[in-house]
Amino acid sequence: MAAPETSPTPSSLRNAFGHVFSIFILILIGVLAFSIRLFSVIKYESVIHEFDPYFNYRVTQFLTKNGIYDFWNWFDDRTWYPLGRVIGGTVYPGLTLTAGTLWWLLNSLNIPLSVETVCVFTAPIFSAFASWATYLLTKEVKGAGAGLTAAALLAMVPSYISRSVAGSYDNEAVAIFALIFTFYLYIKTLNTGSLFYATLNSIAYFYMVCSWGGYTFIINLIPMHVLLCIVTGRYSSRLYIAYAPLVVLGTLLAALVPVVGFNAVMTSEHFASFLVFIIIHVVALVYYIKGILSPRMFKVAVMLVLSVGLVICCTVVAVLIALVASSPTKGWSGRSLSLLDPTYASKYIPIIASVSEHQPPTWPSYFMDLNILAFLVPAGIVACFLPLSDASSFVILYIVTSVYFSGVMVRLMLVLAPAACIMSGIALSGAFDVLTRSLKFQLPGTSEIFASDAVDTGSESVILNKDGAEEDKSEDSVKERPSKKNKKKEKEKEKEKEKEKEKEKENAGTSSSRSHAERRPLVLPVEASVIAIFLLVLLVAFYVVHCVWAAAEAYSAPSIVLTSQSPDGLHVFDDFREAYAWLSHNTDVDDKVASWWDYGYQTTAMANRTVIVDNNTWNNTHIATVGTAMSSPEKAAWEIFNSLDVKYVLVVFGGLVGYPSDDINKFLWMVRIGGGVFPHIKEPDYLRDGQYRIDSQATPTMLNCLMYKLSYYRFVETDGKGFDRVRRTEIGKKYFKLTHFEEVFTTHHWMVRIYKLKSPRNRIRGKTKKSKSKSSSTISSKSSRTRKKNPWN
Amino acid sequence: MLFNLNSAAMEASGRRPRLLLQICLIFSTLILTFFSPVVRSSSTLDLQILSAERRVDLSSHIIRVSLTLKVENVGTSPASEILLAFSPAQVDHLAWIKAGALVGKKRKKSSLPLDVKPSNILDGPNGTKYYSVFFTSQLGSGESVSLEVLYVLTHSLEPFPVEISQSESQLVYFRDSAVILSPYHIKSQETSFRTPTNKVESFSRVEPTDRSGTELKYGPYEERPSYSYSPVIIHFENNNPFAVVEELVREIEISHWGNLQITDHYKLAHAGARQKGGFSRVEYQSKQPFGGSASFKHLLAELPPRVHSVYYRDDIGNISSSRLRIGAKKSELLIEPRYPLFGGWKATFVIGYGVPVHDYLFESADGSRYLSYSFGCPLAETVVDKLTIKVVLPEGSEDPSAVIPFQVEQRLEKKHSYLDVVGRTVLVLEKKNVVPDHNSPFQVHYKFNPVFMLAEPLMLVLGFFLLFVASIAYLHMDIAIRKS
Repeated sequence: MAAPETSPTPSSLRNAFGHVFSIFILILIGVLAFSIRLFSVIKYESVIHEFDPYFNYRVTQFLTKNGIYDFWNWFDDRTWYPLGRVIGGTVYPGLTLTAGTLWWLLNSLNIPLSVETVCVFTAPIFSAFASWATYLLTKEVKGAGAGLTAAALLAMVPSYISRSVAGSYDNEAVAIFALIFTFYLYIKTLNTGSLFYATLNSIAYFYMVCSWGGYTFIINLIPMHVLLCIVTGRYSSRLYIAYAPLVVLGTLLAALVPVVGFNAVMTSEHFASFLVFIIIHVVALVYYIKGILSPRMFKVAVMLVLSVGLVICCTVVAVLIALVASSPTKGWSGRSLSLLDPTYASKYIPIIASVSEHQPPTWPSYFMDLNILAFLVPAGIVACFLPLSDASSFVILYIVTSVYFSGVMVRLMLVLAPAACIMSGIALSGAFDVLTRSLKFQLPGTSEIFASDAVDTGSESVILNKDGAEEDKSEDSVKERPSKKNKKKEKEKEKEKEKEKEKEKENAGTSSSRSHAERRPLVLPVEASVIAIFLLVLLVAFYVVHCVWAAAEAYSAPSIVLTSQSPDGLHVFDDFREAYAWLSHNTDVDDKVASWWDYGYQTTAMANRTVIVDNNTWNNTHIATVGTAMSSPEKAAWEIFNSLDVKYVLVVFGGLVGYPSDDINKFLWMVRIGGGVFPHIKEPDYLRDGQYRIDSQATPTMLNCLMYKLSYYRFVETDGKGFDRVRRTEIGKKYFKLTHFEEVFTTHHWMVRIYKLKSPRNRIRGKTKKSKSKSSSTISSKSSRTRKKNPWN
Repeated sequence: MLFNLNSAAMEASGRRPRLLLQICLIFSTLILTFFSPVVRSSSTLDLQILSAERRVDLSSHIIRVSLTLKVENVGTSPASEILLAFSPAQVDHLAWIKAGALVGKKRKKSSLPLDVKPSNILDGPNGTKYYSVFFTSQLGSGESVSLEVLYVLTHSLEPFPVEISQSESQLVYFRDSAVILSPYHIKSQETSFRTPTNKVESFSRVEPTDRSGTELKYGPYEERPSYSYSPVIIHFENNNPFAVVEELVREIEISHWGNLQITDHYKLAHAGARQKGGFSRVEYQSKQPFGGSASFKHLLAELPPRVHSVYYRDDIGNISSSRLRIGAKKSELLIEPRYPLFGGWKATFVIGYGVPVHDYLFESADGSRYLSYSFGCPLAETVVDKLTIKVVLPEGSEDPSAVIPFQVEQRLEKKHSYLDVVGRTVLVLEKKNVVPDHNSPFQVHYKFNPVFMLAEPLMLVLGFFLLFVASIAYLHMDIAIRKS
């Protein structure tokens, strides 16, 4: 930069030292972000967590084994039997490709890490990247100090940790980095007006589209900000450069991703961006015409254009609305709709509502996930208003929208977290800035020296403005003609800059006294600032303690291994893997396993068996079929499963050890989802006076359904009473036999029970009707099932 | 083949005539070759077994047979070897054989190891195969010697019934002969079988037969001619774990920086009677000893002393049920597979650990190095159907060769591991049908220049150096087209 020319040597040395120092701090922040997420590996083991990560892991395995072309064309026949699933076309490939590339890179350097290891550590690596991206973004908004603070906060914000601990190999792990980085590049383009950054921005956006469905947030937030800038009269050529290439290039690139494809131009989620794209062009044209016409001519032109333009606009909007309204969901996907209308999912799509992470969050979860950031955000918002720049208005818009979205879905707390970190970073850094400066000025004998420093380093935002202004100046010749307002602003900026240059030139004397006078109002008493600094440090210390606790205790459990602390040491419940390992080694490779969809991904990934439904809930009817089977009596369930070619049924049962998220507790969702498609399953049949119970008061439908029987089969023999530790009650029906199913495996703590469908009994000659004997073959079975109210019809 | 054999015999006789005589010798050898069958049969008749005692231990699924023979040379010419005969069914399952000559008097008896080799003599009647035991010194006519032969049979117990339910105990058949199969005349012999429990369902009777407790005794039989055979079937209870490792791949990676990393990949199976019907956890847990008597839930692995960083996992992560006891002489790792193994069930897992390299790597006098490590499977009482040992030598090592006390297939491979450029030489040893008796040390010799140890650190240093140089160059270079 131009610093060496203008400022004297000691200052530039300070600058250089500051640069090195902040790079060092950034590296430390990266290390912190990475290592705080390793609790899960240290406390448990290096293993993939939860449900979705298992699917991603399996896809990555496929990618590394078969290569990218096979990956795009991968039709997975191990899931959604008998439908199958086109993985290459329905999956966001960003995460998989990232980890696959990482693995390939390491292996080409002859570092033989397994795919699993790479997958486990992808999330921590990318959270380090994300905190660096936060630094860059906040630095663009409010200077390097705020940037460093925000980066440090983001490195350990619990909300983000919950999705990116080592082993949590999910889209969000990569996507949050992509999100922040895209925003950074947008702001960078906005601040510099450089096409280079605009292009980079589109590429970052492309990466975001590859990695997560949450990219619609970007493609709606940025247009909103552009619109805000235009409405508040902040239109500039830089805004145009920041936005127009993003829409054009970004949309083209997004359409390259198979899972998005033509959705990038067809669905309503992207509609806002095109509308704003038109508006910005109109505005640009208006500003251009304004520049070349005299004011009077301009007024005439405005009249003309307005009358014609309004007519055209109206017709276009009418056509669009008609097009959109013709589709049943108004062109919005279910998840997006439930964002706009929080009650939508619970009304129409039970399958979205049944996922716990799609529920609205509770207040404690805000404190749990954001801790002190929740209090610092308002201060940050205030700080962003002084002075309000394009960049800070963007950040304000970001936090406001993300607060709304996080209120709708717990899961979107993740999007709020970076915004909250940025805001809190700005607030904290601003507070420290004020407090330390007031200390500096009041320490006796140092005021003169520090006065000049205050100009150099006091507030980084000043420096930033200066830098920006200088760059502006250097690019002046290439730039388009700016608008009047802009011109004014630029002039002001230039004035400021000149002022500062003056200040810099005369280090002592008048300028120092002037700056002294300027800063005076901000100065606080020494005692107050010392106490305030102490309190702030304490606050941040609490935050750190909370984050470490959250990382270590709350969010690092891999959920496939459970532990409990008992007086005689740690007790490990490894039942899930026990069951999956048993399935994978002791059943036939082509056997189909039916279970509730939660366990679909894990079964395919760990047991390598074909499943009927899995966590990718794309076919509601299929899930409803399994739900219906689980809520039907044994014989009807057997027929459904047999028609699906199922050989084993897997249920999760927590009653023996008190594991609360078992299938009995999820059972009402099975009934609801099943009943939503097959009306002969009615929820009230399973409830006694509106209460869900499994004890002796339970309804006969409940006590005779398959799920009850498979969960409690021979359970009474464990303690003689059949006491369920989750429901805290004795079970209703204790002694019963299974006629169509046979227990083949139950894990050590009874958490997973696997049953085999008994093969149909030999027909006794003379007793069977013809249609019945036919029903063993799958094709002709439909006719026989019509009578029996089978859900297949 | 026979030509070689005979000439070898001639050479062994030590009287080597010079030049002129050699021609005569060749002629005589040719004649000998022509008549050799006659010669061999006469040598067979030369020996006679005075007394034979055979003890068959059926207590686990690895059957250990010990055979004590007293052999006398009744012929005129000295004998250098004695043939042991096995039925074709047995020879397929023969995993290990050892012979020794008993020397000394009753109290101070000691066994002198003798060479045993599969004999390349043509098969005997009914496909009988031979192993020959070579005496250390020739057995002169009229002399007698006491021999002790130990051999191990695997996969020789046939479960019957083939499928059992969870609570039933496992019954097996063992087929053998009441009299010892031998090409020699046996004057007096006796065979005893030891079963694991008192429960013997049935056994064939070849009088005199006697059963007391776990002991089943056939004989003594007097004056049995050669190749006599009287089949017997014993049907008895055997609930010992039929743990069979279908495939074990062991990788031994040598690092001269101080660590020897061993990784064992197991494919374990229960080779007993197959599980019939479902597995009921409630039965398994409530009626402990009888809930699953034929199953096994843990295995003991014997690891070297000073073992460190032990892990026990499978494809889907760590298996949390294992206990390690580190001792001065050996370490014991008690592992539990994820689920108890019933007949026909399988499990795969990996055990890995590191040991200090200087415990196993030595430098020989000529400057080359050699690794000495135990062959075989560390799991107690298991049969390994196929054992593959991969010794990964450090990068830059040359001419590897293995010294192994038994016959093993060998080949070389290349492996690229951490930052390797040329790749490491891997010596692959393969052996089928391995039993715990194979756990004797084997050696791998190779040449290694210690300079290669520095190759990878230097490469890293160079890499980082270049990175820094590049970044310095980038920062100091002005690559803008237009000066601003």
